[in-house]
Amino acid sequence: MIATRRNRALAVRERDRLRLFPSAWHKTLLVALVIVFIATPLQLDDSWLEVLARCGVAAIGAIGLNLLTGYTGQASLGHAAFLGVGTYTAAWFGVQQELPFVVWLPLCAVLGGLAGAVIGPFALRLRGNYLAIVTLGLLYVAQYVFVNWDSLTGGSSGTRTAAPVEILGLDFDDLQIGAESFTRRQGLVWLIWAVVFVVAILAKNIVRTRPGRAMQAVRDRDVAAEVIGVSLARYKISAFALASALAAVAGGLYGVVNRQVSPDAFGGVEGLLLSIQYVAMIIVGGLGTIGGSIVGAVVVSGLPQVITRISTNTDLPFVQGDAGGSSGILDVFVLNQFLFGFLIVAFLLFEPRGLAGVWLRIRRYFQGWPFSY
Amino acid sequence: MEKFLELLFAGLALGARYALVALGFVVIFRATGVINFAQGGFVALGAYLAYTAINTWEWPFALSVVTAMLLMAVIGALIYVSILRWLVGRPVLTLIMVTIGILIALQQVTFQIWGPRLLPLGDPWGLDTVEFLGVPVRVTNIWTMVLTAIAVAILFAYFRYTRMGVAMRATALDQEAALAQGISVRRVSALSWAIAGALAALAGVMIAAEGSGVTPTIEFVALAAFPAIILGGLESPGGAVIGGVVIGVAQQLTGGYQPDFLPVGLSILVPYLVMGVVLLVRPYGLFGEPDVERV
Repeated sequence: MIATRRNRALAVRERDRLRLFPSAWHKTLLVALVIVFIATPLQLDDSWLEVLARCGVAAIGAIGLNLLTGYTGQASLGHAAFLGVGTYTAAWFGVQQELPFVVWLPLCAVLGGLAGAVIGPFALRLRGNYLAIVTLGLLYVAQYVFVNWDSLTGGSSGTRTAAPVEILGLDFDDLQIGAESFTRRQGLVWLIWAVVFVVAILAKNIVRTRPGRAMQAVRDRDVAAEVIGVSLARYKISAFALASALAAVAGGLYGVVNRQVSPDAFGGVEGLLLSIQYVAMIIVGGLGTIGGSIVGAVVVSGLPQVITRISTNTDLPFVQGDAGGSSGILDVFVLNQFLFGFLIVAFLLFEPRGLAGVWLRIRRYFQGWPFSY
Repeated sequence: MEKFLELLFAGLALGARYALVALGFVVIFRATGVINFAQGGFVALGAYLAYTAINTWEWPFALSVVTAMLLMAVIGALIYVSILRWLVGRPVLTLIMVTIGILIALQQVTFQIWGPRLLPLGDPWGLDTVEFLGVPVRVTNIWTMVLTAIAVAILFAYFRYTRMGVAMRATALDQEAALAQGISVRRVSALSWAIAGALAALAGVMIAAEGSGVTPTIEFVALAAFPAIILGGLESPGGAVIGGVVIGVAQQLTGGYQPDFLPVGLSILVPYLVMGVVLLVRPYGLFGEPDVERV
């Protein structure tokens, strides 16, 4: 009897897979997350909030890339270029034209989406390696445009990108609710993670409905998808547009967190490194999962920041340049690089489904307990 | 006309360097279906090994270059045997990311050993030039073209006339059929990585000799060689050479004749623009093989 009940718990009903919140457990989790979301900025000091804000920005971009790579199966190494498009859209409309948040953020998405659609003609003709290298070429286009468009990007010296973040009278830059006033970092964490939440729900809704199933069909076998009536032109181009739109939103918020941005950050070799970070996020988090993109973004973008922060306060073995002043064989930057490469290779070799796969395995184990293996 | 000839020769020499790097990519891709993003790391490491042989061990230049090529061949084969062999049949993105991981590791290794500074290679050519068709041409560039031509000729003869070379071509055509004929695909793949390593070392030495020495940045040349392999077609060694030369010449000519109304730096972008245009017309490059898609 018990075994039957357990088996029923293991089985996934198709109807449930289409729901946003399949069980009461998910709703409880949501409430818990909202409480954490409200409480965290009140508890942490500003330097940790900065880390969190950057993780949130990365999460938005990673969700976009996962829609493209994890769900639609289109490899892209050009994600950084679209972050740049977003940052400079925000800098132009937000900083130079002084338009409000509710105007410049959607504009980031629109312009980013249009820029992403440019890859469409290539995406329809090429796949795999060829497409990856074309998207790599985008980084060089971005570098050329950003470095030379002085009036927009400030040339090599960079430009101010702290666009205004005021919504309905609430200025998140200098937040005051009643008699309470909060720091800029607290406000930004609330704002950015609220955007992460909206983007995550949006992405979840896309992937669990008709377009999402079409995207996954394209990923699994694009010719087969076309045979059963999925328009490749429509879904490949939309996926690129959607991913770039989200990257641009992330880019706009990145500008707000960073305040000042140099155009080199998004193009050429720097841009490639940034794009690789985003690919690493979705690999570590789990390809084809929305929650995984967020967790992966927090791990990949947060870990080096945390290590850097810890090393300024404590003495780590084998590490030079930390607070202990010991001469080690590695400095902090190198340690981060090694960890980064190690994370990618380890996950690809041992858990290609990423952290989402680890989580799934743990859940299966306890669902089937004591009949698990 | 003189300016054109000068740019043309410089472009051909640059193209020869790209061709060496691109050949490395193609050899690996044909055998294993992997685009080796770590090729740039191989190029840098090869140049540094040559530097050490010339300056620290004080060996003659030619011997040092050959040693660097042999060492890189061993390193390339080791990387295949230790890492890439276990990833057969994984998705394209996985393979790309693993080779990028290797690139990052190689970068840090070379950085830890040789540091960030520019190290003079100590090649015998220096900045000497000779007169050719009325324009000065750098001796380095002539040697680059000659050595590239020799390397390409040896490689093509190897593919054409030796038992192992034929086995490599068979593997490139169809791995399963090659296995069925008793060819060890693993040995072919390891050898391909070794050849790519040796070619990368030669390319690294040539790039370092053309500039003023070895720096960590010479690995970026591999990024400029991507358009060359895509242009020629990923499976085609001949395409890689032609693609490399086309890209090199296009880059030098753009650098020389860039119109004033366009901002500087166009020559870095040109390889990718040429590649984009070619791909829109021929999605598998000039000499690549179209995939036959079955549902």
